[in-house]
Amino acid sequence: MNNMEIAVISGKGGTGKSTISAAFATLQPNVVLADCDVDAANLYLLFHPTHEKEEVFVSGFKAIINKDLCTNCGECINYCRFAAIDEINGEVLINETSCDGCKLCSRICTVEAISMVQEDKSRMYSGSFRNGKMVYGRLSPGEENSGRLVDIVREEAKNTARANGIETIIIDGPPGIGCPVISTITGVNQVVIVTEPTLSGLHDLKRTIEVSSKFKLTTSVIINKFDLNADMANEIETYCNSLHISVITKLPFDRVVVDAMLNCQSVVEFAPHSEISILLGKAFLQISNINS
Amino acid sequence: MNSKITIAIASGKGGTGKTFISTNLFNALQKAGKSVSLVDCDAEEPNDREFLVGNFQHSFDVLQKIPVIDQSKCTFCGKCNEYCNYNAIFFLGEQRMIRILEDHCHGCGACSVACEYGAITEKDDLLGTIAEYSISPNSLLIEARMKVGVHSPVPTIKAAIKSASEAKIVLLDSPPGTSCPFIQTVATADYVVLVTEPTPFGLSDLIQSVETLKSLGKHCGVIVNRAGLGNNEVYDYLQKEKIPLLMSVPFDKKIASAYSKGILVSNENAEWELKFNQLFNTIHEQYGNSSN
Ligand code: SF4
Ligand code: SF4
Repeated sequence: MNNMEIAVISGKGGTGKSTISAAFATLQPNVVLADCDVDAANLYLLFHPTHEKEEVFVSGFKAIINKDLCTNCGECINYCRFAAIDEINGEVLINETSCDGCKLCSRICTVEAISMVQEDKSRMYSGSFRNGKMVYGRLSPGEENSGRLVDIVREEAKNTARANGIETIIIDGPPGIGCPVISTITGVNQVVIVTEPTLSGLHDLKRTIEVSSKFKLTTSVIINKFDLNADMANEIETYCNSLHISVITKLPFDRVVVDAMLNCQSVVEFAPHSEISILLGKAFLQISNINS
Repeated sequence: MNSKITIAIASGKGGTGKTFISTNLFNALQKAGKSVSLVDCDAEEPNDREFLVGNFQHSFDVLQKIPVIDQSKCTFCGKCNEYCNYNAIFFLGEQRMIRILEDHCHGCGACSVACEYGAITEKDDLLGTIAEYSISPNSLLIEARMKVGVHSPVPTIKAAIKSASEAKIVLLDSPPGTSCPFIQTVATADYVVLVTEPTPFGLSDLIQSVETLKSLGKHCGVIVNRAGLGNNEVYDYLQKEKIPLLMSVPFDKKIASAYSKGILVSNENAEWELKFNQLFNTIHEQYGNSSN
C-alpha cells in the first residue's frame, strides 16, 4: 500500500492554509492529519484529538554558569560568537535569549563552571480525532529547530498510517521558506500552496515556488479570497500558468469559513453545500487524481 | 517628545495584519514629521517595502565565519566533529573523509578551537542582507532579508535592528510566531503591540504570545483586526488579563482590497491617519506610565 502525502503550505501565514487543510482532512473518511505548523499549531482546536502518545522533543541547549565555581575571569566572553556573555558589574552573566547552545564556553572554562541544559519543553502528540488519526507538534516559545520537530511529526504520521491501514496523510505546513518548510515538503506526493490575491501574496508565492521546485515536487496553487482583488488573482494565475503550475481552484471570500471555525468544525463539515465546500471537494479530487 | 522608544508589532501567527499596522503607523508618524525608522524583521518574507516608496540609501551584508578544512594538514583525529554541537561536520575517520555541511553550520567557532593541527581556517559566509530606504528626510525603512536556505534569520534580524538605533522612534515589524526570531525581535523593544483576530485560532495564538511576553517582562497591548468577523472571546480574555485594547480595525472589504493593491489607508483617509497618530500617543503614554 502506498501512502499519499499532501502538504498544504503558504509563503506567509493567514492565507487560510489551516482552513483548507482542515477541509481536506474531512472530505473523505479516515485520514491521518499532521499539523506541522509547530510554531502555531492550531488544528487541535477544531478536532480535539485524544492524546494517546506524547513525546518530549529536545530542541537544543542553553549554557548556565554555576556561580559558586565561576571566578569571573571573563575568558568565555572572548570565545562566544553570539555576544551572549557579558560582564556586568564584575560578574560574568549569560544572556539566555542570545545563547545559541554551541557549548564552546562550557568546553573552554578552566574551572568547569559552565554546564549545558536541555531545552525540553516542546512536545509531539499523537492520537485520534473524529475522522481518523492526528499527529501534531508544539514548539515551546523561544525554542528553535522546528525543522527537526517537523521531521518527527511526519515520521509518526507515516507510522500511524501504516499501522492503521490509512492511505491519505494531510500535512498542514508552516509558513515561510525556512527549514521547517523544507522538512514539511521533502518527499511528499503533492504540494498545495495557498495564496491570497495581494502583492505580498504574489511575492511570497514566488519565493515558495522557488523552494518547492528545487525539490521537483508536483505543485499546485489555491488562490483564497480571490474576489478581494480579482485583477491580482488573474495576475497570479497567469504567473502560475507560465510555470505550468495549475491553479486548482479560486475560493471566494465567505464568512462561512469563520463561522465554521467558531463552531469547531471544518468548513466542509459545517456547510457541506456551500460554494467553498464544493470547490474544495473538486480541488481535492483533482489532487488525488494527479497522484493515482 | 524627547525620549526614545522602540515598539515591536507582533502576532502569534502570520496574516493577522501585522504589516498593515506597522506600515500605516510608520506612515502616519513620518507624515507628522517625526524621526522614525521602521525595521522589517520578517526576514524570511519581508513585505513592508511593497507599501512604502523610498529612495535606496545603502545596503550591507550580514556575514558569519565558517570553517574551511585544509586537507593536507588534517590528521583526521575527529576532535572538531566532537566539538560541533550542530552536526555540521561530516566525518568518517577511517575513510579519511571530512566535510563541512555549510547549511548546518552556525559559525560558532568551536571546531577552530578544537583543532590542534592548524587545519581549520575560516571564511565569510553570507546570511542575509540589510537594505535602507529613506522615505522622507526624517524616516527610514530598514529591510532585513535572509538568504534562502540559511538555517536561521536571527543574525540578519539582529543586524537590522542594530542599524536602526539613530531614530527616536523605532518600529519593529516582528516575524510571526513565538519562536527564536520573535524573541530576538521583541527582546529589544520597550513595548509590544500584538495584532490578533477575534477567532479561536487568533485567541489561541494571542494567549501564547502574551504568556511569552510575560515571561520576558515586556509590556504589551492588543489590536484586534478584522473586528466583527468572529466572536467575543478575545475581548473577554483581554479584560480578564487587564491587557489594554489599543485599537480595533473593523473588517471592511474596502480596506482589504486597498491593502491587496499596496495602498496605505493612512494615505487615503485622513481619519485613519489620525487614528494611527492617536495609537502612537496611547502607546507612548502607557509605556511612560508603566516605566515610571
Ligand atoms: S563553526 Fe561551529 S557549527 Fe560550524 S562546523 Fe565549526 S563547530 Fe560546527
Ligand atoms: S580537529 Fe583538525 S586535525 Fe582533527 S579532524 Fe578536525 S580538522 Fe582534522
